[in-house]
Amino acid sequence: MCLAIPARVAELLENDLAVVDLGGVRKEISLALVDDVALGDYVIVHVGYAINRLDPEEAEKTLALFAEIAETLDSSPLTPHSSPI
Amino acid sequence: MKYIDEFRDGDLARKLAADIRREARPEREYGLMEFCGGHTHAIFRYGIQGLLPDCVHMIHGPGCPVCVLPIGRVDNAIELARMPGVTLCCYGDMLRVPGSGRVSLLKAKADGADIRMVYSSADALKIAQENPERQVVFFAIGFETTTPPTAVVILQAETLGLNNFTVFSNHVLTPAAIGAIMQSGEARVDGVVGPAHVSTVIGSRPYEPFSAEYHMPVVIAGFEPLDMMQAILMLIRQINEGRAEVENEFTRAVTRDGNLKAQRMVDEVFELRDTFEWRGLGWVPDSALQIREKYAAFDAEKRFELTHASVADHQSCECSAIIRGVKNPLDCKLFGSVCTPDNPIGSCMVSSEGACAAYYTYGRYREAQKQDQT
Ligand code: SF4
Repeated sequence: MCLAIPARVAELLENDLAVVDLGGVRKEISLALVDDVALGDYVIVHVGYAINRLDPEEAEKTLALFAEIAETLDSSPLTPHSSPI
Repeated sequence: MKYIDEFRDGDLARKLAADIRREARPEREYGLMEFCGGHTHAIFRYGIQGLLPDCVHMIHGPGCPVCVLPIGRVDNAIELARMPGVTLCCYGDMLRVPGSGRVSLLKAKADGADIRMVYSSADALKIAQENPERQVVFFAIGFETTTPPTAVVILQAETLGLNNFTVFSNHVLTPAAIGAIMQSGEARVDGVVGPAHVSTVIGSRPYEPFSAEYHMPVVIAGFEPLDMMQAILMLIRQINEGRAEVENEFTRAVTRDGNLKAQRMVDEVFELRDTFEWRGLGWVPDSALQIREKYAAFDAEKRFELTHASVADHQSCECSAIIRGVKNPLDCKLFGSVCTPDNPIGSCMVSSEGACAAYYTYGRYREAQKQDQT
């Protein structure tokens, strides 16, 4: 019930409403809790409301950090497993 | 999907797992509590525990709003739903939680009560507008993520002058629950994985007293598997270095101050309750919100004069101990036999973020995985 997902604002409507795109599925949500959302912004959607904005620059930084990790090739063996990641 | 798939890369997860294995000291134990049910769900769904060395244990915390609501409040909701002229709206998970005598809202609905499952508080408000002859009650539950949407509809109901809409508030506070866990000292917690979405609203600042007072490292993490793995690594580093700080892995959505607009709306409509009963934690002071006097017209507890009774859990159900982080679902003798997601005895088996439901859904897979490895 606490699950929430980042979604792109695809259309701005009246009364603080917007349509977001969730991997191809379009859904109407409320923007009442966040100011100044623009078309194309990413917001975190929870129970039909955008509860905050997602910062693309910060997301890139985190991904860059992971990319660094990927580069430092590691030789310690990891038991193979069948995790569904 | 963007901002989701990139954080699920399996090779990178294994890389992070190798780093964790290298840095975790085998001679010591690391008890890490993931406070939030969303993390519990992710741990099981992606088999994260299986990637960790034996000395790192994930302890499931009380952060699932469905799990922590005590039976007495479920009974109150059923009582409301059965009142003539009342339509009760609730989030889907609440429907199946057993109240006294194992009667759930779903059962009450089958018996004829007008209960509607809603996805959003806005849907409940709409039902009130469309049914002026009914008294529509929104059964509001949840932590700091669902509270702002509830505040929004109360403010809208006031603007619209609706007199057939009320809210049964069961909104609870994350820092208070973490505080109760720390204070009891029952669970062996060396570090806390802080909630993702709750923190987008309240920010990282409210966790600072815990790291100071209890010398407890906290890392706020997103819900994707790489976020979790990275947070676990950051906690292990803090523990190894003897630090206790609030660190933020989820910078793409969490700031130190959080969403101030949402906080202002919540503060306008709600105030602290002196005390509130939690499943597992008992009565915790200043741990929940009630509707302010100014908006009393929208408070179901006042309009319908509800009284709260404490009701004990099913005697064999271990939900309470699981919520406190001292037992796991496999310690419950009803797990998987008498108690299943189709026939839940306790709340932890209901929502997909409940520890018992997570064990049930993904646990068998994990067992198979372990056997593969041997
Ligand atoms: S398995 Fe069922 S009865 Fe046992 S603790 Fe979990 S929810 Fe309660």
